[in-house]
This record gives sequence, structure tokens and C-alpha cells, in this order.
Amino acid sequence: MKTLFARGPSLLSRLVLALACSFLLIFIDHRLQAMQPVRVFLNSLVAPVQYLAILPEQMLDNFSESVKTTEQLSAENKALKQRILKLQGQQQQLQFLQNENRRLRELLGSDARESARRMVAEVIAVASEPFSQQLVINKGTLSGVYEGQPVLDSSGIIGQVQDVGGNTARVLLISDQSHAISLRSERNDIRVLAQGTGDIGRLELMFIPHSTELREGDLLMSSGLGGVFPEGYPVARIASIVRDESLPFATVFADPVSALDRVRNVLLLWPTESEQQPIYEDDE
Amino acid sequence: MKVVKPGIVTLLVTYVIALTLMVMPMPATFDVFRPDWVTLVMLYWIIALPHRVSMGTALILGVLSDVLLGSIVGVHALGMVIVAYLAARNFQRLRNFALIQQAVVIAVLILLKRFIVFEANVFLHDAEFTLSYFWPVLTSAVFWLWVFPLLRKVRRQFGVS
Repeated sequence: MKTLFARGPSLLSRLVLALACSFLLIFIDHRLQAMQPVRVFLNSLVAPVQYLAILPEQMLDNFSESVKTTEQLSAENKALKQRILKLQGQQQQLQFLQNENRRLRELLGSDARESARRMVAEVIAVASEPFSQQLVINKGTLSGVYEGQPVLDSSGIIGQVQDVGGNTARVLLISDQSHAISLRSERNDIRVLAQGTGDIGRLELMFIPHSTELREGDLLMSSGLGGVFPEGYPVARIASIVRDESLPFATVFADPVSALDRVRNVLLLWPTESEQQPIYEDDE
Repeated sequence: MKVVKPGIVTLLVTYVIALTLMVMPMPATFDVFRPDWVTLVMLYWIIALPHRVSMGTALILGVLSDVLLGSIVGVHALGMVIVAYLAARNFQRLRNFALIQQAVVIAVLILLKRFIVFEANVFLHDAEFTLSYFWPVLTSAVFWLWVFPLLRKVRRQFGVS
């Protein structure tokens, strides 16, 4: 029979020690923001758990892929080919417009806009807490991912990289309570600041005067101000404007254009002016 | 020369499984009801082996939860440590409870942990109250009815003491 706590300090003193450690960690991380180097290590440490967590899903995906019938596959193939054709058509026009744009910009004497480099990443985990809206993706410093990098999906901007590990990175979504993004209305170029609400399908526009020209349904694009996000990507659409005169500003909500709770593949963007470079794997 | 205590592998495996279940992607409908696996497993081991599992384990599991969930490091650790202390303090009483009574106590402990984490978030960056954050209190209590016998079986099978 072992006697309890025969050796070592008492339970209470251990509690005090552990509490002190927790408070110290919170202080270091939150106030001093000095955890980044340790975080890279810790993120790499827990990466196996994250890869383990998506294993069942991947196996199910593989299984459902392997039991598909030939008809299903050929139908899918046909649809995809048509889509490629359509996109290629648009791509040709885009290239023409890009060239024209560059020429015109040269005539005006302003800097040409280069297209950014991209990389596709997969979502491997979601944070399941309402007050922190984040995704974990399967690319990290080994692929050239850096802190503060813009992250998109097929329909628009979804967030920015918050911290990176060796081969994982954590993406802070635009709907997180601590995230704000500078936007511009597509219709009339009004600049607005959109803050996350903690509700995954909702952003709140801050400091909008009652006399604003914004309307419900207006598309909001990234403005490029603030230096984190590139200009001109769709972000959100205005859902409701409530002009309550008793409040200093109008209450405006906007819905993100991409379904943030259903993201599976994301696009990492390296703006041309950034010092970091994407590191592609050989098979890409 | 101190040798590694038997059963350390079993303990680590249960922790890794609990951490994996915590971050496993799930449909949004079920996601809000996800039981607090890490706390459940930790509480079981504290009640079963209080001389081996206590504050240190709680602190480490808390920090790992923080890193996996991407919150500020130390927030979950704080909640886990306080709950672990209460469980370690009263492990003899808890052991003698019926399974249903234990489940009620577990619910209270997990409620306390979630409340601490929530309050810490309010203090650190003005988090807003969401009722859905407290659903796992109920599901964790229900799952305890299966987690407890399962882990007891594991403990006896692998002779962890």
C-alpha cells in the first residue's frame, strides 16, 4: 500500500505552484506577447494529434471515393471539364485585361500590380470554442507560411495566419471577436471597418453614421489598407442596417461571402511586396 | 536509479486519445455538444490514482489544450488545475459515490472549469457570453457513465496503479 503524498510537497502547495505557473503563462503570452518562439515548438509538438484527428475523416473520404460508380465518376469528370473550359475562357480575358491594365498604369506612371503567389492548403482542425474562431491548416513554416499572411477560400477572404508551426498553421477567422478588417463598398467606395462578432456567419461594421449611403446587399471588398490583406477581394455582404437614432452610430451587420463553417480547402496568398516566399513541394 | 513506473504508456495513450477527440472535426450540429474529453479523462485518473496524477498532469494537459484550441496559453491550464485540485482533495469521497452521483459531481466540476475559462476570456479580451459553450457540461456528465467503466477496465487490464 502506497501512502499518499509521503514524499514531495503537499497538495495545496502544488496547487499554488501550478496556479502561479498558469498565471505566469497567461501574463507572458497575453501581456508580453513573448510566446511566439515557444509556440512554434508547441504547435509542432501537438501537430501529430491534429493529423491523428483527421485520420478517420480522410479514411471515410477515401472509402467513399473508392466505392463511386463509373457513371458518377464520368458525370463528375464531364462537369469538371466544362468548368475548366469556362474558367479558361475567363482566364484569357483576365490576361488581356491584366496586360491592358499594366500598360495603362505605365502610362499613368504608377506601379504595376503583380499577381500574388498562391498555395492550396487543407483544413485539418477547427477550434470548437465560441470565443475563438480559428482553423488549423496543413501548411507551416516548412512551406513558407508566415504570421499575418492572408488566407482565402474560393469565394473570398476568410482570415489571416495567427501563428505557425513546422507543418501546421493557425488561421484567425474574420468572424473572431478579436479580428477587424478594413473594407470598401464595391458600389460607392465607402470605407468601413468590419469586426468579428464571435458568431461565425456575422460581422459588425463599426462607426457607420446614420446618414450612410450603404444599402442592404452591398458587397464589401478588402480595401488593402492596413497592409495585411491585398486589395479587391470580396469579403462580406451587408445583411441589415438598423438606424436607431438613440445610438451614436447605425447598427450594421454583414455576412461573410464564404461559408466559414464549411471551409475545407483554403488558398494561402503571398503578396508581391512580402519578403517571404512560398516553398513548394516537389510534386506540385 | 529511478525506473519508469509501469502503466505510463497506458496513461499517455488515454491522454492522446482525449486530446485527439477534443480537436476532431465534427459537423457543426454536434460540435456544440462535444464532451470535454480531456477533463473527463484527467478527472478519472485523478480519482483512481491521486498519488500519480494531479497538479502537474493538469497543468501540462491544460497547456496542450490551449495550444490545440489556439487560446492564450495558460487559460485552460488555470481551469484544469483548479478542477484537478478539487477532485484530488475529495478523491476518497468521489470513489464511494454511485456512478450517477459521480456524474453529477463531474458536471459541476466541468461547469466550474468552463466558467473559469470563460471568465478568463472575458478578462483578457471581452468575450461575449454564449450559452452553447456550456452544453458540454450535460453531455460530459452523460458520457461519464461510459467513460468511467471503460477507463476502469483499461486500468485493470493494463495493471496501472
